[in-house]
Amino acid sequence: MNYMKNMIEMKGVNKWYGDFHVLKDIDLTVSKGERIVICGPSGSGKSTLIRCINRLEEHQHGTITVDGIELTDDLKNIEEVRREVGMIFQHFNLFPHLTVLENLMLAPTWVRKVPRKEARGKAMHYLQRVKIADQALKFPGQLSGGQQQRVAIARGLCMEPKIMLFDEPTSALDPEMIKEVLDVMTELADEGMTMICVTHEMGFARTVADSMIFMDEGQIVERASPAEFFENPKHERTRLFLSQIL
Amino acid sequence: MNSSLVWLQRNLFSTPLNSGLTLAALYLLWLVIPPIIEWTFLQATWIGDSRTACQSNEGACWAFVDARFSQFIYGLYPEAERWRVDRAFILLVILFAALFVLGFRRSRVVATILIPYPVVAWLLFYGGIFGLEVVETSQWGGLFLTLVIAGVGIVASFPLGILLALGRRSRLVVVRSLSVSFIELVRGVPLISVLFMASVMLPLFLPEGVNFDKLLRALIGITLFQSAYMAEVVRGGLQAIPRGQFEAAESLGLSYWRTMRLIILPQALKLVIPGVVNTFIALFKDTTLVMIIGMFDFLGIVQAATTDPKWLGTAVEGYVFCAAVYWLFCFSMSRYSISVERKLDTGH
Ligand SMILES: Nc1ncnc2c1ncn2[C@@H]1O[C@H](COP(=O)(O)OP(=O)(O)OP(=O)(O)O)[C@@H](O)[C@H]1O
Ligand SMILES: [Mg+2]
Repeated sequence: MNYMKNMIEMKGVNKWYGDFHVLKDIDLTVSKGERIVICGPSGSGKSTLIRCINRLEEHQHGTITVDGIELTDDLKNIEEVRREVGMIFQHFNLFPHLTVLENLMLAPTWVRKVPRKEARGKAMHYLQRVKIADQALKFPGQLSGGQQQRVAIARGLCMEPKIMLFDEPTSALDPEMIKEVLDVMTELADEGMTMICVTHEMGFARTVADSMIFMDEGQIVERASPAEFFENPKHERTRLFLSQIL
Repeated sequence: MNSSLVWLQRNLFSTPLNSGLTLAALYLLWLVIPPIIEWTFLQATWIGDSRTACQSNEGACWAFVDARFSQFIYGLYPEAERWRVDRAFILLVILFAALFVLGFRRSRVVATILIPYPVVAWLLFYGGIFGLEVVETSQWGGLFLTLVIAGVGIVASFPLGILLALGRRSRLVVVRSLSVSFIELVRGVPLISVLFMASVMLPLFLPEGVNFDKLLRALIGITLFQSAYMAEVVRGGLQAIPRGQFEAAESLGLSYWRTMRLIILPQALKLVIPGVVNTFIALFKDTTLVMIIGMFDFLGIVQAATTDPKWLGTAVEGYVFCAAVYWLFCFSMSRYSISVERKLDTGH
């Protein structure tokens, strides 16, 4: 990986929900173009971790810097970071009252102030890339789960983000639709997008990830290259987890 | 067998009990309907200039409604100036026709067409400019006044209610507690007392010599009152929107207000159309309460007319006519809301 600069830097990040300590001393750096897959047992704080990166969740201690911008209470910083970071959710979260095309055009026109015509062109371009340009005028409720998730990815891409976050993008999908979404994500990875992906799709992780992260009880237990992670995990907890899911 | 006979057999005479109930219902209708038709139409008197004209017939004295019709519509608005009310009404119809043609979806068009209208309407109604004679609001009345109050109440309480609903769910403590206090305070008092306060008490607090219009005070009272109810209806819709919608909008970098305007409210309001229209209908009927602060709205003017010595004994006709007109308006609102709901359905 050609190292250029750190896109994401988390230093000593701690977060609590009331008394519950969800994130414990998280240190994480992600450089430009790096692809990271996070896995770990349910409730270990994976979602919380990546949601801190675009401030859907607030952290209480430590610093998070995204593309040189530190996340604080400053709304301006937060909005700037969100413009650069796309996020894909488990349940797609498309806007059901808008057509597919309108879903894609909304943020570019309102947030980036792209002229409508240009936004439409870009939307159609990304819809083609996820191979559903023919569905542009439908409403999300009329599409299959796999199609909806691909629309969601295209919607994220329309903002031309520098970083994409994925929170279990395929776990709400029927098995036969998982591949079409993973294919789109693999393509994206091949083009050099900086990605953090929470997923239990280990086949995908093996082929795409530059490094694997294993989380448990709010901590990053282990970070390693996929080869090492799968063949020769260092920690007992990682081994146990892998033996359960593989 | 003939298909309508099959239908009858299946739906009305399927069991002995069902047959009995059907026959009983038919008998009841036979008892009730003919006298109503008889009174309303067959035995009614349609023309005349006093109650005595109606004495020859058993039925309704519609001559009363006919003779007082224009008063019911305009109240005490001077006869020579009534064209102004007509013009404003026609203008509104034209604007809505234009909106149907141009389409409601382009919000900028809707805004530029509709926002100046209240000003134009006010200038026409009140006058005092362009050589129009001033018509004090105390002379406004009848159905015209009812529509003004209901129209202003609906148009103003809707956005205010939305703001209050958003305020109630705000993260800012001050905004939230102000909204909650206002809503709970207003919901805890009857509209009548709000109107009394607006008309009797408010002037006591205003400095000497400051005197603002009684109608305006009533309008403010009604708007504030209804906005509290509207807020609760809208809040129901806001709560039904999944968190994921807020998160998706936020993660795309949309600001709070844009998220609300473009993502959350369109969905939330669509869900609560029945509740919103219900509130509108309630407001429409509640406007009759302005009677008690001395204004003659539609019901008020009809009631006043029935005490005219020339027309003594026509109260029933007056109230029936009133009820029919109110029903017509409320029913239209309800039908319109159903058609809007259908139009906005995107199948999710
Ligand atoms: N809003 C919240 N308030 C309180 N506790 C929360 C909240 N959100 C999450 N938690 C708790 O924080 C812990 C971590 O949650 P998180 O969603 O990050 O886990 P996860 O690793 O993504 O799990 P999964 O694989 O099930 O998605 C869980 O124990 C969860 O119950
Ligand atoms: Mg999760």
